[in-house]
Amino acid sequence: MPQYKILTGNYAVAYGVKLSKPQVIAAYPITPQTTIVEKLSEFIEKGELKAKMLRVESEHSAIAAVIGAALAGARTFTATSSQGLLYMHEGVWMASGARLPIVMAIVTRAIFPPWNIWTDHGDLLDQRDTGWIICMVEDNQEALDMIIQAYKIAEDERVLLPVMVGLDSFILSHTATPVEVPDEDIIDSYLPAPGENIHYPKISFENPLTYFNLVFPDNYMEFRYQIQEAMNRAKRVVMEADMKYYKLVGRRYGGLIETYRCTDANIVVVSMGALTGDVKEAVDRLRDEGYNVGALKLRFIRPFPEEELKKELLHKKLVIVIDRAISFGKGGILYTEISSALYEGRFREIPVIRGYVTGLGGRDITVDDVITMVERLITRLESGTLTHGWEWFKLRKEVVE
Amino acid sequence: MLLEIRIHGRGGQGVVTAAQLLVEAAYYEGLWGQAIPFFGAERRGAPVVAYARISDKPIRIHSQIYSPDIVIVFDERLIKLADVYKGLRENGLLIVNTTKMTKETIQISKKGKVRLAYTPATQIALDLKLIVAGWPVINTAMLGAFAKATKLISINSIERAIKNNWSGKIGELNAKAARLAYEKTVLYGG
Repeated sequence: MPQYKILTGNYAVAYGVKLSKPQVIAAYPITPQTTIVEKLSEFIEKGELKAKMLRVESEHSAIAAVIGAALAGARTFTATSSQGLLYMHEGVWMASGARLPIVMAIVTRAIFPPWNIWTDHGDLLDQRDTGWIICMVEDNQEALDMIIQAYKIAEDERVLLPVMVGLDSFILSHTATPVEVPDEDIIDSYLPAPGENIHYPKISFENPLTYFNLVFPDNYMEFRYQIQEAMNRAKRVVMEADMKYYKLVGRRYGGLIETYRCTDANIVVVSMGALTGDVKEAVDRLRDEGYNVGALKLRFIRPFPEEELKKELLHKKLVIVIDRAISFGKGGILYTEISSALYEGRFREIPVIRGYVTGLGGRDITVDDVITMVERLITRLESGTLTHGWEWFKLRKEVVE
Repeated sequence: MLLEIRIHGRGGQGVVTAAQLLVEAAYYEGLWGQAIPFFGAERRGAPVVAYARISDKPIRIHSQIYSPDIVIVFDERLIKLADVYKGLRENGLLIVNTTKMTKETIQISKKGKVRLAYTPATQIALDLKLIVAGWPVINTAMLGAFAKATKLISINSIERAIKNNWSGKIGELNAKAARLAYEKTVLYGG
């Protein structure tokens, strides 16, 4: 029987990792990630997880260590946040370039300077172009489930790409809720045995190989093409992983996106991570007031769910995108991505797309805030003054003026 | 039903553990919960807070708590040091660790239409020799007071949550503290 435990988001990740049975774990401590690897060390010490824990001197070495272990055919795990992820950046590209199915948890945290340990999606979205599959979870249960699904997706021979699973700093990482921990034998039947049936050339003493060679201009582009093709195939694999998990465990998340009360909605609020829960709550209250609003949770940023978004959003009147990060000199990152997807090949009959940049560095976004965001835009939409674009929300203007 | 709770204590008194035990005990009652720490510059002895939500449905909200229904105070001196009434709802409940409510607290609470409950948690811990690193352990006792004052969670579930987290004598002693605090909880108004 599956067990319920009261787990923080970080412990939920650790339980997901334990059930996935990685053979090598390497990490360097950073708030708010640290308790993930602390818990994993505890599992190893108690003999509940038979993995090698490598204590390294930096995040750059942490990713290098799991790359080495993955090249030797091991199932691997690492986790980090913010500065640690930025310090790792070179290795992040190495992992995807070498097509290694590494799984990494990212506890999203604002980037320095100024110092801030609270949630912000800037660190995760900074990895957008690295060739990693990138997803973001809404609650602790999804954190546990997605770590397990991440291995299923990464190791699939049609994919062979590393996966990042993002969860919001403190809001999830240190907040404890009841979480269902699946049975070990169920997950054993879901995931292949670790280190077996490896779908890439593994390095061993019997079979020495060289990765990361010099590649001339007549071959480099083809490596990039293959990653793009793998990303395209991953869309289907994500769905399959979700469905197979549902059949065995009883929970599913809808694949690349999740929709909530969208079918008859003419306004849809798009968000990512823990905030989506508050958005759903706001949707219920707005519905009670007679507004036809729905919520769309962006679960994967890469591969980007273009087709799914078009299907769900193109016929709506207004699409509101809430960003917890900014691309300086451009604007909300999800807003930009979603606008590009909806505009592609279309010049008429698309909804008004409106972005909010808010909640940076852990600024709290409440259900009332979401309701305000929606109502404000509805007023402008009805008066005919609303155009495409983005704006700040909950910015303390008195501080900057 | 959604109840929001704020716990005031001092760094080292176990406010976060109390919030987590509360969520676990609520789970045994078939309720959903969320234990939320607040991270700032915590130091041993400095005023700290933790939060919890309890609901009959899975909780989707992740924002901070601004208008708690219940405030629990681990150290009565914090009533003057920290703004324990901040945001506390009308007909809300204030649960204090003390042997006697001060007249001032009773007056302020009456004015703010806040119900009061108290229990001598420190005294109970001292009597049981439930002391860690020189400090009486009062967080488990305060959960007993919560059970009595709210009737939302049974004392049995509180004891079960405590014993599930600490085996042997430590679990027994903490559970006993919760039970004694439950029995000694005094309710004011409502």
